[in-house]
Amino acid sequence: MTILVQSPGLLTTVQDLGRPGHGIDGVSRAGAADPIALRLGNLLLGNPANTPALETTLLGGTYLFPDGATIALTGATPSALAPYEIHRIAPGQTIQLGPLTNGARCYLCVQGGIKTAKIANSASTHLLSGLGGGPLTKGAVLNIGPSTNKPQNIQIPPVLKTYTKTLRVTRGPQADQFESKLFYQTEYQVTQDTNRMGIRLAGSPIPTTHDSQMRTEGVPLGAIQIPANGQPIILFVDQQTTGGYPKIANVITADLPSLGQLRPGDTIGFEQVSPVEARRLLLEQEALINAL
Amino acid sequence: MFRYGSDQSLYLDRPPATANLPALTRIPGVVNLHPAYDSVLIVFDPLATTHEAIQKAARQIPATSAKQGRHHIIPVTYNGPDLAALASHHNISPERVIELHAAAQYTVAFLGFVPGFAYLEGLPQALHTPRLPAPRKLVPAGSLGIAGSQTSIYPAATPGGWQLIGHTPIELFNPANEPMSLLQPGDTVTFQPA
Repeated sequence: MTILVQSPGLLTTVQDLGRPGHGIDGVSRAGAADPIALRLGNLLLGNPANTPALETTLLGGTYLFPDGATIALTGATPSALAPYEIHRIAPGQTIQLGPLTNGARCYLCVQGGIKTAKIANSASTHLLSGLGGGPLTKGAVLNIGPSTNKPQNIQIPPVLKTYTKTLRVTRGPQADQFESKLFYQTEYQVTQDTNRMGIRLAGSPIPTTHDSQMRTEGVPLGAIQIPANGQPIILFVDQQTTGGYPKIANVITADLPSLGQLRPGDTIGFEQVSPVEARRLLLEQEALINAL
Repeated sequence: MFRYGSDQSLYLDRPPATANLPALTRIPGVVNLHPAYDSVLIVFDPLATTHEAIQKAARQIPATSAKQGRHHIIPVTYNGPDLAALASHHNISPERVIELHAAAQYTVAFLGFVPGFAYLEGLPQALHTPRLPAPRKLVPAGSLGIAGSQTSIYPAATPGGWQLIGHTPIELFNPANEPMSLLQPGDTVTFQPA
């Protein structure tokens, strides 16, 4: 069984939950920009959580299923079919996914998963290094893996498919260097210069109160860097592993899926929470998924 | 010794060459390490462990000697597009630049920027040179460059602002290898003029 990419839309890549463990080589984790949407799609189809799917962006793209398939669409809302439901695609049927609404990325999950060569135990595409094969192009043919698991129509609680534009953050390692008040009061626009490596924002520039050159250090996923022009950059899934810009804050893990659904032009803000609260929110979110 | 990074990471403020990276990797729940000059960012699965548990485990790990890396001799053709300008910036001949650069022994501080890009320490003071005023749109793979007190090789074609003095045919990054990068933190490097 295969999928034929008739159009990859703006950008379509194969993603699973990423390839951790190679930060020492300068390689970031990659993986689904909205990992919860991918996990839920796989859960509906009876796939293991880490099964590779297609991550489509804004336009969605067009896909032909020569032998049919059982699929679920999760994350941003597609125009083709209802999201978070199981669909049986007939042999020869074509699905035009987009344009997407209510987010930037929709996951085309198939029963059995996308079967590609794995590098270091992951099928994820890492755009910076080309690991995992790069963006899909028109005419690409993808194999669908075998599966004996049963898809199950599970009701997904709304909170797991809702995205926030007020991102919760913990204090960054160099927060002392900034007028944090201005940062938390400012409404930022997500710029066009936004991709899987980083999300560049535009708003009131944040002046630094400290001009020391910092030594390059490791940067966590979701770190919010403030370069010299004062416009924040959020490091995302295909990020550089190290950086020399000071970090004012860091998006909490529970809100990383919302980062993956930001569209250029969106207006966002930030709210600081304590490390204890960040952990509580993550455990609460995970408990909802585990209860399904 | 520890700093909060995010709700799934913390910094160990110790140079990677002495931080015992293999032992840190084996701490239960640790999923990734991002070493840099003076620190190692320890990334963990926040559903599997906590900042406190990682700190407790990391404290039990003794620092290692910095002298445990491998030594690499990397052949270089010193013919980079910035060699002449860099030499005249320092009022020395291009031959003297090559002599100084090839005589020094370098230590891999860490890898970052792009996959397989090693930050090398040990560039002779006489060769410290600022970055180009504007970065090149494309630096060819294998280019040997200088930026400030650092020297390194671009493992793949990428934009970059380092002053290019030569190139090497050596493959620095291959995802099929384990580890993926030829150069690892703590390794030493000398360059051999081809």
